[in-house]
Amino acid sequence: MNTAILKEFAAIVGNENVMASETDRHAYSYDAAVLDSVMPALVVRPENSEALGKTVKLCNDHGLPLTVRGAGTNLSGGTIPHPGGVVVLTNGLNRILEINAEDMYAVVEPGVVTARFAGEVAAHGLFYPPDPGSQAVSTLGGNVAENAGGLRGLKYGVTKDYVMGVDFWDVGGNLIKTGSRTVKCVSGYNLAGLMVASEGTLGVFDRIILKIIPPPKASRSMMATFASMQAASETVAAIIAAKIVPATLEIMDNFTIRTVENFRHAGLPKDAAAMLLIEVDGHPAQVAEEAELVERICKEHGASELKVARDAAERDAVWQARRDALPALAKLRPTCVLEDATVPRSKIPAMIKALDDISKKFQLTIGTFGHAGDGNLHPTILTDRRNEQEWQRVEKAVDEIFNRALELGGTLSGEHGIGLAKAKYMVLETNRGTLDYCRRMKSVLDPKGILNPGKIIG
Amino acid sequence: MADLHQLAQMFRELDDQLVSCMRCGMCQAVCPVFAQTGRETDVTRGKLALLDGLAREMLTDAAGVNDKLNRCLLCGTCQANCPSGVKIMDIFLKARAIMTGYFGLSRTKKAIFRGMLANPRLFNALTGMGATFQGLFTKKVDDMLGSSCARFNAPLVADRHFNTLAATPLHKLVQELNTPAGASGIKVGFFTGCVIDKIFPQVGQAALKVLEQKGVGVFLPAQQACCGIPALSSGDGQTFDKLVAMNVQWFTANEFDYLLTSCATCTSTIKELWPRMFKGDPALAAAIKELADKTMDISQFLVDVLGVKEAPAAGCGKVTYHDPCHLKNGLGITAQPRTLIKAAGCVYTEMREAGACCGCGGSFNVAHYDLSKKIGSRKAENIMDSGADTLATSCPACMLHITDMLSHKKAGIKVKHVIELYADSMKNQG
Repeated sequence: MNTAILKEFAAIVGNENVMASETDRHAYSYDAAVLDSVMPALVVRPENSEALGKTVKLCNDHGLPLTVRGAGTNLSGGTIPHPGGVVVLTNGLNRILEINAEDMYAVVEPGVVTARFAGEVAAHGLFYPPDPGSQAVSTLGGNVAENAGGLRGLKYGVTKDYVMGVDFWDVGGNLIKTGSRTVKCVSGYNLAGLMVASEGTLGVFDRIILKIIPPPKASRSMMATFASMQAASETVAAIIAAKIVPATLEIMDNFTIRTVENFRHAGLPKDAAAMLLIEVDGHPAQVAEEAELVERICKEHGASELKVARDAAERDAVWQARRDALPALAKLRPTCVLEDATVPRSKIPAMIKALDDISKKFQLTIGTFGHAGDGNLHPTILTDRRNEQEWQRVEKAVDEIFNRALELGGTLSGEHGIGLAKAKYMVLETNRGTLDYCRRMKSVLDPKGILNPGKIIG
Repeated sequence: MADLHQLAQMFRELDDQLVSCMRCGMCQAVCPVFAQTGRETDVTRGKLALLDGLAREMLTDAAGVNDKLNRCLLCGTCQANCPSGVKIMDIFLKARAIMTGYFGLSRTKKAIFRGMLANPRLFNALTGMGATFQGLFTKKVDDMLGSSCARFNAPLVADRHFNTLAATPLHKLVQELNTPAGASGIKVGFFTGCVIDKIFPQVGQAALKVLEQKGVGVFLPAQQACCGIPALSSGDGQTFDKLVAMNVQWFTANEFDYLLTSCATCTSTIKELWPRMFKGDPALAAAIKELADKTMDISQFLVDVLGVKEAPAAGCGKVTYHDPCHLKNGLGITAQPRTLIKAAGCVYTEMREAGACCGCGGSFNVAHYDLSKKIGSRKAENIMDSGADTLATSCPACMLHITDMLSHKKAGIKVKHVIELYADSMKNQG
């Protein structure tokens, strides 16, 4: 990048926040997706709102592609920059501006780390439910841009259910104000809604208003194992049919159970075909009643083993098994391809069966775990990217996973985003007209096409 | 460019280890350097990506990568928390050795490692002279902490508040020992370590006193060399090998059941790095493995082997404990030092982030003092907020840096090794 432009950026964000060396640029050429890295021409780190707005405008003035990056934990390549582009870091914009306990909302800058925010909210006696797996490092700006989910989706919803407003910069450097601090707001288009899951393609977030709620007073966790995936799935359906909405309802397949057990030696039954991890929460009386009912439903559906956590340590042991799933699987082979194809809840047995077939057909190791309550599965392909033949089979298997999920009335991505990785499948889930509509909208809002080009709509 | 190609090939040998990083980025949550700078090149994922970039010949700025590689405390917190179990410390130490092979060792480091560390007698003589004349150049700043600062403007010293060299090092106070197992029926070897020998001999004395009172026989050879970590972390495998070989020769001269140290860094180096990183005479491998297997931290030995238990408070004051990275991250030793503090009759109070690195990191402190100070400052604040009147830890390097930090803040908090507290309590009991 020429020095005149570097100087313009330096004038906005300060010399120390302009990174143009080869090493710095290489370090922002990737994210957590298994995709090829792309070196940006420049990395900048604005430390205040005004500098952020000017940075966006300067990129647009020079026609430089701009990719916003929080913690770079994206699993679909949404934070991989465009060749010759600029990476704009948000970790210099990490202030929690307000936590309002009376009106139950909070205002944050986009670079605030999710877990830190949830902790601060908890210190105010309130609750921010979305808990993506990367919450210890992920940023709220990234969570909104990807519409991140987590383990509590079934009862508490996902990030979009907590976004009350987003102020963002358009490519001309104008601050666009959306939403409000009120529960109800119908002033104009729901632009805040448009920003959710927009993956940095429509505007650059300046600050976000988030809804926070009272925390549940009590909770109870349990673990149930089954001799077949079918029995586990029917149990899930029966729990919902009994009008119980657990806060968390997770499933693990036999391969994942065995891998976790070999990793932790916590005494999981290695012969079980499926395991459900369930937590109900709410008022203590309701929790007691629902836990008892869930227990009964599990037994009625042939649970071979049922463990109800009696104290905090036992509860932790239940969730440790779930937390171990990805690390345990990841340690088996060098490359770990984590997908998030999602189907309607009732189609989980069919999807698991399909994954079994795919694993056999392409001779690949696939461990599956995920959010049974909301149909969001995480088939995890364990492979070695350096093995070209195997990698080709992985690519075909991924195609087939998406095809099968869509055939079952599902979606390409429950929570990881479309990014670069799944852009080519979008037409399969939607149609040509839908993509054209999105592209026309983007071409008006971002005429030079600088905002995270190549993502979502190709 | 031919050279760069050669360098790439050397890094390609790390490929099997590098490929296991799935770029999840969870190391951002725990890296003390990243917490200060927020830069990807400062966190493990970024560093591994840079090494991978060199290996694949995507990068040409090897010197730039080397600079970033050295902005690391080698505290091992990332490895202890890595979801895919990447052997990060192995990769970093091997990478530093490759870089040192490529760029050569700086003249200063060559003089220090090969001229001084590798010649223990000369090292002792030079530090002995230093101890005599240091008063000319330093002045006391905190009597309770025993810290000093430079009298004149000295760039290398900057504004550090440091512990000066002891007037009499441990190897002069106790020249050698070879006592038989007493009532305990156990005999141990004692590895002093440079910092305890030359700056905190009282820690070594405390350990020896406790062992004597517990009826434990001690073998302390007349000569000891540095454990080798300063050389290894600067990529000087040659000096490391030489130091390990010398120590093995001196320590295998006598039989003992355990090899004890009161330095977290020496413990982890002997236990984890001697067997894995020694590239010298293959005939020594079995002896190295045996020594490594016998190696224990002093508090681990007292609690796990001798069964020392917590005692009622006996007026030794309010103590908080800092976990040295080299005990906590690699070896998982966290409970035993705390038990020893309580066994000494102290009131124990846990500080916030007790397991977070103090920011010392050996030569990191020399090369990146500003960062080291920022990380240490947070540690000092957590210590002060705990309300303790004494900070105890298990590593003399942490003691040095924490003393510097507390002295700057005029905290009025003592810095002690856990074994000193325990030895003092034995004195109180008469």
